Formats: sequence, C-alpha cells, structure tokens
Amino acid sequence: MDNKIEKKIELNAPISRVWRALTDHREFGEWFRVALQGPFVIGQTTRGHITWPGYEHLVWEAVVQKMEPERLFSFTWHPYAVDPAVDYSSEPPTLVEFRLEKTATGTLLTVTESGFENVPAHRRAEAFRMNDGGWTQQMKNIETHVAQRP
Amino acid sequence: MSRKGHSALLKNRQPHAALFAALGDQTRLALVARLVSGQPASIAELTAGSRITRQAVTKHLRVLQNAGIVRSVRSGRENRFALNPRSLHAMQNYLDRVSHQWDQALARLKSFVER
Repeated sequence: MDNKIEKKIELNAPISRVWRALTDHREFGEWFRVALQGPFVIGQTTRGHITWPGYEHLVWEAVVQKMEPERLFSFTWHPYAVDPAVDYSSEPPTLVEFRLEKTATGTLLTVTESGFENVPAHRRAEAFRMNDGGWTQQMKNIETHVAQRP
Repeated sequence: MSRKGHSALLKNRQPHAALFAALGDQTRLALVARLVSGQPASIAELTAGSRITRQAVTKHLRVLQNAGIVRSVRSGRENRFALNPRSLHAMQNYLDRVSHQWDQALARLKSFVER
C-alpha cells in the first residue's frame, strides 16, 4: 500500500500562468472552491470558507511551507478536517507539494500528498527507537496478502 | 471534490486517522504481519520468539483492537486475536477517495488556466 498520492497533469498554459493560479490566493480559491481571506505567505496559515454549495460553513486551512517561484509550492494541512468538535492541531498534518516543469506545450504539474503514515507526537519517539525501516514495504506485503485472502 | 465524496469524507475521517496512527509503529506492524496468515493467535504465541514482553504485546493489541484492525476471538478459555482485513481495505479506500478529489481539483485547475 502506498501512503503517498501522486498526480501528474499536462497543462496547456505557460508556467507563469500556472504559478499564478496556484499561489495567488484568489485564483487558487476559484478552482479549489475556497474563499481565502488572505495571501499565501511562507510559514503562515491561510484560511477561508469552502465555497461548495451546502458546505460554506466549513473552514479550509493550510500552512505554507515553500514558495520557489515557478518551481515548487507546498503547504501542510489536515485534509477534510472539518469536525468542529475535534482539535486537529494535535494530529500530524499531511504535506501537499505542487511541482512545475516547463514542457514544449506548456507546463507539467506534479502534485504529491504525503505523510498519511505519520504518527502522533507522543508515539514518535517510541516508533523511532523501534524503526528498522521499510514499513511501507511491509504495508505492501500485508495488502497483497490480505487481497489474496478476502 | 464532489459533494458526495466530500460528505463521505466528513463522516469517515476520524476512524481513518486512528487507523493510520495505529499502524505507524513497527511493533504493531509486526503483530499485524504475524496475523496476516489468517490464523488467530494468542498473546503467548504472539510474544514467543519476539523481544517484546507480554505486557507490551497486550498493550499494542489493544491499540490495534481500538482501531478496528484486530478483533479478539474467544477460543476455549483463552482469547485469541485475528486480523480484520476490512480495516486495511478501508484505509485504501480512504486514500482512493482523497486521490479522486485531487483528480477533480486538477481538472478544474486545467480548465481554469487553459480558458
């Protein structure tokens, strides 16, 4: 089982155009469907209400990690952390990275989301001591095994 | 993200967080790997041949049980533990859904920058 999501998409638009659509908070909000209150700033939280009809009461929130112009934009978030009764700040967030590459016809965009396997802080030390590597491989083995024995 | 997919995620997020956390530990993964054979095992069997104590095995089994990964089966006078394969599929389903929502968001981005 892969604990990382990776997507590649060819965009018929110049890299500068794609960079703007990703990092200008108003443009990002248009295609991502969220009304962001302020710009993306490295190390800071940007939040806003989701603009899907029926979900406007939900708040979207992300902390910008990297902004390397026309190359890399990344943020951490708690995907779909929308239960007001739960304090998500204690859970490890996932990392979303947008990588841009120039192509003959426009831009190749690669999106990855990683960190689903992260452990809560109070278990991290313990897990680190016991970690002899390769747990992703173990998960693959388990998944294969389980799939063979439904 | 679709409305349907989104609302399903709202409902199902918490159990998945528990799943990921429960599996983010080498000892627990090793226990899951032992149970993958399909045969329910007792605490004594799970402790045998490993460097960890019976108490530690018990503690880790409880975490796995609370996350729905492992279930306990009564066998005679002792409790045995078995894997609940559905929970691992549930985690894969969660990733598939997050993945699907990225597909939709990127399709919207594509029409946004190409118009």
